[in-house]
Amino acid sequence: MALEMPDNVLITKLDAIANWCRKYSLWPMPFATACCGIELMATGASRNDIARFGAEVFRFSPRQADLMIVAGRVPIKMMPVLQRIWLQMHEPKWCISMGACASTGGVFDTYAVVQGIDRFIPVDIYVPGCPPRPEQLIQAIVDLQEKIQREGTVMGREFEAPERQKPPLALRPEGRAGLPGLIAAPPPEQQP
Amino acid sequence: MELQGLIESLQRDFPSLSWSEFRGQVRAWVSRDRLFPLLKTLKEQHGFDMLADITCVDYLYYQEKKPARFGLVYVLTNTQTNQRLVVRTFLDEPDLVAPSATPLWEAANWLEREVWDMFGIRFAGHPDLRRILLPEDFASHPLRKDYPLQGLGERNNFPIIRRAES
Repeated sequence: MALEMPDNVLITKLDAIANWCRKYSLWPMPFATACCGIELMATGASRNDIARFGAEVFRFSPRQADLMIVAGRVPIKMMPVLQRIWLQMHEPKWCISMGACASTGGVFDTYAVVQGIDRFIPVDIYVPGCPPRPEQLIQAIVDLQEKIQREGTVMGREFEAPERQKPPLALRPEGRAGLPGLIAAPPPEQQP
Repeated sequence: MELQGLIESLQRDFPSLSWSEFRGQVRAWVSRDRLFPLLKTLKEQHGFDMLADITCVDYLYYQEKKPARFGLVYVLTNTQTNQRLVVRTFLDEPDLVAPSATPLWEAANWLEREVWDMFGIRFAGHPDLRRILLPEDFASHPLRKDYPLQGLGERNNFPIIRRAES
């Protein structure tokens, strides 16, 4: 069957075009609690200009955002707030853990700082650095765009995949093999 | 009036008062039952109208032997003469109660809440002695020296949100 088709009509899959729309209109929700937030602001400012990648609309309301950028350490008093804000965001939503503190607790191995937000909320992309340069955050957004284009679906079925329900590799038993004591806190030292 | 002379003149009314000086800073020690009268006298008769800080020191595991485990520290300022005076007292377990300085300085309110939060020292007569920095349900007093640096598991005590649930 030959259909007469004008030259300016393109045919694609619905998933692909939805992913294409989503990846170029990521609206970040800046959850900036520390010095990584300064680099996050620099990423949004004119020199680095996150708008080149379609993510310039920083929304301070979680209901209007679909990308949470956790920039900075998260103390135990902030963790319930972070979880609540994450639950308030609408699907589809993604999370970038920016910097050493948000990803692992960084140098703050103390009673008050959560040792990585991925223990309690899902994280899609980790950005190393203390703090990361704006180029690294932009690279993370580009990587996230590739991830959305690669595995996204209109109905968000990729979020229900079993692999996404698992904790990150470092927190799984197989990821901890050969790394004794890396995750578990050492017993408190008894001083004389 | 020089601070040293002031302290020595106060020693008539406060026999437990002692003092020392380090690099021009005068520290006065007083027993707990005379702490509030001393602070009141210093404020009302000697012009120490500003309470700069209240803090505490835990001398557990301290090399030098101290009379008690906790040292409570008040930093007073005279805004007319710019004099500073540190008033200290010692508290020992299990009777960790000090008189509240809130009738004298309103600034004592939050400072005493912080000392309660971090060291577990109660202040008798405080209008609202709640935790100020840590979450309400926190059970320990983390600046005590016998509290482990990495905590007792409070930082791992959160619900885990998976992708399918959010």
